[in-house]
Amino acid sequence: MNIKEIKEILGLMREHDLCEIELEKEGMKLKLRKNIAGQIVMERPMAMPQGGFAPRHEGGAAQVHDVPSAEVPMGGTLVRSPMVGTFYSAPAPDQPPYASVGQTIKEGDVLCIVEAMKLMNEIKSDVSGVIEEILVDNGDPIEFDQPLFRIKKA
Amino acid sequence: MFHKIMIANRGEVAVRIIRACRDMGIYSVAVFSKADRDSLHVKLADEAICIGEAPSSESYLNIPALISAAEIADVEAIHPGYGFLAENAHFAEICESCQIKFIGPKPESIRMAGDKSVAREEMRKAGVPIIPGSRGTIKDQEEALRLAKKMGYPVILKASAGGGGKGIKPAHNDGKLISAFLTAQAEAEAAFGNREVYIEKLVKDPRHIEIQIMADSRGNIIHLGERDCSVQRRHQKLIEESPAPGMTQKLRRKIGEAAIKAAKTFKYENAGTIEFLVDSEDNFYFMEMNTRLQVEHPVTEMVTGVDIVKEQIHIAAGEKLSLTQDKVEINGHAIECRINAEDPDNDFRPSPGKITTWMVPGGPHFRVDSQGYAGYAIPPYYDSMIAKFIAHGKNRHDAIQIMLRALKETQIGPIKTTVSLHEKILNRPRFRQGAVTTNFIDTYLTPAAKAPAAEGKAAAAAG
Repeated sequence: MNIKEIKEILGLMREHDLCEIELEKEGMKLKLRKNIAGQIVMERPMAMPQGGFAPRHEGGAAQVHDVPSAEVPMGGTLVRSPMVGTFYSAPAPDQPPYASVGQTIKEGDVLCIVEAMKLMNEIKSDVSGVIEEILVDNGDPIEFDQPLFRIKKA
Repeated sequence: MFHKIMIANRGEVAVRIIRACRDMGIYSVAVFSKADRDSLHVKLADEAICIGEAPSSESYLNIPALISAAEIADVEAIHPGYGFLAENAHFAEICESCQIKFIGPKPESIRMAGDKSVAREEMRKAGVPIIPGSRGTIKDQEEALRLAKKMGYPVILKASAGGGGKGIKPAHNDGKLISAFLTAQAEAEAAFGNREVYIEKLVKDPRHIEIQIMADSRGNIIHLGERDCSVQRRHQKLIEESPAPGMTQKLRRKIGEAAIKAAKTFKYENAGTIEFLVDSEDNFYFMEMNTRLQVEHPVTEMVTGVDIVKEQIHIAAGEKLSLTQDKVEINGHAIECRINAEDPDNDFRPSPGKITTWMVPGGPHFRVDSQGYAGYAIPPYYDSMIAKFIAHGKNRHDAIQIMLRALKETQIGPIKTTVSLHEKILNRPRFRQGAVTTNFIDTYLTPAAKAPAAEGKAAAAAG
């Protein structure tokens, strides 16, 4: 395996929105994992006591979004999705995003859109402060209660 | 065949459907409320999506959230399980309009069969025997009184939009009828948002016999025999068995044909169950049709060898039924005990909470369908059923012995369960004789009749 092949694999991961891929070939094993800060992405939910469940597909798109509150590093309020749908960072594909890291926002400001069943729902912040981190990417599928933004309260 | 199916349900039925998908190489998508994050169905599915807060209205009954989840997971079909939205014609329609296959009957069949008084009328027109009663719903108290006098007491008032044992009120005389009528209406309004009631003659000491039918999209309809579900408490089934004790080939054929006729009338597709009441003279009457998979489907699966959930998926994918009526055989006898997280010694008070001891039976001829595991915390928001135990024996006596053996092996704690209740029932001579009627629990196992644990054996012998 050479750098060119690894770059190709990275390209494929980006293209297909993969977070992790594991390859074994010719006595060599390679594991590539995309770092998604502040969010645990689990291919398999927690193991049963007997550990009898082998992972179904490695490298598949994030499946179970675990949202443990203990995960929130050093303070900050999490803005969580109130619905299931698709996350869009901007009002339209050719528009700038509603919110960026470092931006100061007020309570009630629109932070993003979650599209559900062809309806665009504006998600508003319930706190004022500075956006410390955006936890999801444009176009990501979102489940209920999934953390979207980490905001440092004013 | 489908590539990916979403299960719009939770608990043991979600586990059941995921297992069928897994066997068939179909990707399964589970949905869960915040309270169900640690549920077994979430652990077993290939993907899992949180859809809402704990209350069912915000999660498992939340149609926008479910459809949204189905869309982001890009599933081709939804299996609704039983309960929740399984018999919601509106939900079935929305699935259709979103090009997602609803694994179940068509919306119009759900509607027709779901309005209990309309269903009765359709059966009457089709020549399926129905319990004598009102034609359609009752306008007012005067009409209720008139009909009751005409039919003769005792009578029973039932909610038209009903199910699950709610909105059902018997009346034994004129004096009781008015209050029964008004209470039934009020209960129906509260439980189903529809206060319409109809009236039927109260069949004395009936047996509850139901027929499992399967229909494909090509007009083939078969029945898979009957189940006897007479052991009930407050209209909730506790024990089901197949075949029904004392059922003759002749009666099975007649009731089976009536069930198929009923399914045809409802233009039915996929799995369904027709419930009949059978009186002491083997007269049978259509009661209602359940347009979904039923909790007690395993007893039919054990005696016929047919996997009903897989068959549902095959039918939904447009395939022909996997067998014809002449190939359906009933082998041996199966009994199912529904194990609830309830305290049978304290008026069946629900017993949610963390399970630390989970030792469930194994061995041959025994099946456990459950979402339980050691370390699982049963949430308080949903129904209390924690497991189904199913025993399959050569005959009824054999099945009872296997079930008793299994119940004895069972240790679930510290939550309380109805395991001990089932042991009591299975040891009752009247139950062992077979053919108990729906008043069995109330008559023989009410607190007054129940002896304390120490004298349990003596009382059971006297029972």
